Amino acid sequence: MEKRATFSSTTIGLLFALPMLVLIFVFFYWPSGQALYWAFTLEQPWGGGNQWVGFQNFRQLLSDPIYWNSISRSMVFGLGSTAIAMGVALALALFTDREMRGHSFYRSVFVWPYAIAAPALGLAFRFILAPEAGLLSVVNHVWPGIWNPALNGNDAMLAVIIAFSWKYIGYNFIFFLSALQGIPRSLIEAAAMDGSGPARRMWDIQLPLLTPTLFFLLVINITESFQDSFGIVDIMTQGGPARATELMVYKIYFDGFKGLDYSGAAAQSIILMGLVILLTFVQFRFIERRVHYK
Amino acid sequence: MVERTPIFNAICQILLLVGLVVALLPFAIVIIAATHDIRTVNIVPMPLVPGREFLANIAEAWHRADLGHKLVNSILFATAVAGGKVILSAMAAFSIVYFRFPGRSVLFWVIFITLMLPLEVRIVPTYAVAANALAPFQAILDVTGLSWLIAQVSGVQIKLQWGLLNSYPGLVLPLVATATGTFLYRQFYLTIPDELAEASKMDGSGPLRFFVDILLPLSRPNMIALFTIMFVWAWNQYLWPLLVTTDPNFGIAVTQLKTLIPSEFGLPDWNVAMAGTLLIMAPPLILVMLMQRWFVRGLISTEK
Repeated sequence: MEKRATFSSTTIGLLFALPMLVLIFVFFYWPSGQALYWAFTLEQPWGGGNQWVGFQNFRQLLSDPIYWNSISRSMVFGLGSTAIAMGVALALALFTDREMRGHSFYRSVFVWPYAIAAPALGLAFRFILAPEAGLLSVVNHVWPGIWNPALNGNDAMLAVIIAFSWKYIGYNFIFFLSALQGIPRSLIEAAAMDGSGPARRMWDIQLPLLTPTLFFLLVINITESFQDSFGIVDIMTQGGPARATELMVYKIYFDGFKGLDYSGAAAQSIILMGLVILLTFVQFRFIERRVHYK
Repeated sequence: MVERTPIFNAICQILLLVGLVVALLPFAIVIIAATHDIRTVNIVPMPLVPGREFLANIAEAWHRADLGHKLVNSILFATAVAGGKVILSAMAAFSIVYFRFPGRSVLFWVIFITLMLPLEVRIVPTYAVAANALAPFQAILDVTGLSWLIAQVSGVQIKLQWGLLNSYPGLVLPLVATATGTFLYRQFYLTIPDELAEASKMDGSGPLRFFVDILLPLSRPNMIALFTIMFVWAWNQYLWPLLVTTDPNFGIAVTQLKTLIPSEFGLPDWNVAMAGTLLIMAPPLILVMLMQRWFVRGLISTEK
């Protein structure tokens, strides 16, 4: 859309955008370019010049089983938490949308988890899911040793997935409910006139009309699982036990700031950036083809 | 609704109640654990009747994590990020929507590409820039030969240096540098009728006056919505503050959670840890409860 009555002063126009442009140049474009440069060079963290090494950093990375471990862990984490967070949120939104008794209360409570900082809920869930105290420790009372996220990698992965999904149920719920409320009531009523019950209408009318929202949330959830997971992992497991929860961003942080391997961390950043950009493009394609029902 | 379906309604209500328990249980556990003493909190299963140690635990967590100082820092930090976003995004969007100049569409894309890569993904180089925020300009001067020229002419060697580590600008600026809010404003400006700008131009107002006297008052609802989500988002930041603030004077509340993790030796004092968690997670939660409508609205319109 183009505005008709625009101002034509180039200087004033640019001046308005200048603060934002300077900020994104210094803190976005420069660092992103820097990462690209570092990924193809070898640099000593305390200075001393860069040496061009071509794809060596990437070759080294891609032949490292520990790196592949972090990729597969991130995938398990991303897909697992996305499935839970979206599935539960969708069901809750569909039921809340039926506007039965108390729906306005549900509508506000289901949003709350999204307001909590990831590391704070990490600490809360570390207690709730702890093996020797808290809520879930009861299972160890009945079957000793069945649950221990501090020692068992699968338990630890499950614990971080539960914590992350809990937060993102709130997020997905907001979007599902708003999309459901955008569906014209006349459609639902027409279907009811034709004799379909509420479950049937959910399956045959509301779900298909939610497809654009589903795709949108799928991409957002997976991207968020790359970034927002850091706080949860750092507080709950610190990547352990035995690298079982070492997700990609955590490994970048660990290699770059604890191991001071800037070049390796930069190469990992580049791969992660590529992944996120790819996902964004997928999202744009689906948004282009979004369903219109008005 | 449209018809009577008592059985299906009952199933829905039951599932909603289960959802409600799942959503509220973690809050309940944190609050209840914060009221117990150290021995009670370690009983398995944990007693669900609140104890009497709430204030003592809060005081201990407050002291251990230095929360008085850190919560103030967090409020300053989140307000600065949210305020910066609200103002700078409004200006950038104004430039993109209302001005006609060469390269406007390039400007549009330059700003919107920043939506693609969140800070966590490019954390290592951003940290390096924060060590000297003027490094990009120094590099440009060096590459273009300008610094050599200046050194020849005036004899002054240019060394631009502005370290942002352990400072408030270092905490705030990199988090402001994304396009989230700009998109929100752009969508809103596009819905404002053209006649408004034409009329004010006719009455002799320039772009600055139009922006301050007409556009900003009209965008008040958007500003409130954007401020709410940005405050919550900034308060909950963890990785960036963790890296930039090694000096405890500049630390914020969320990174203090690490000091609250119970030690592995002896009886873990989860009661204090949960009291601290409660204090740290409360401010954004209260804001969302109070501003629910704005929060939901802002979230939906910034992401789409």
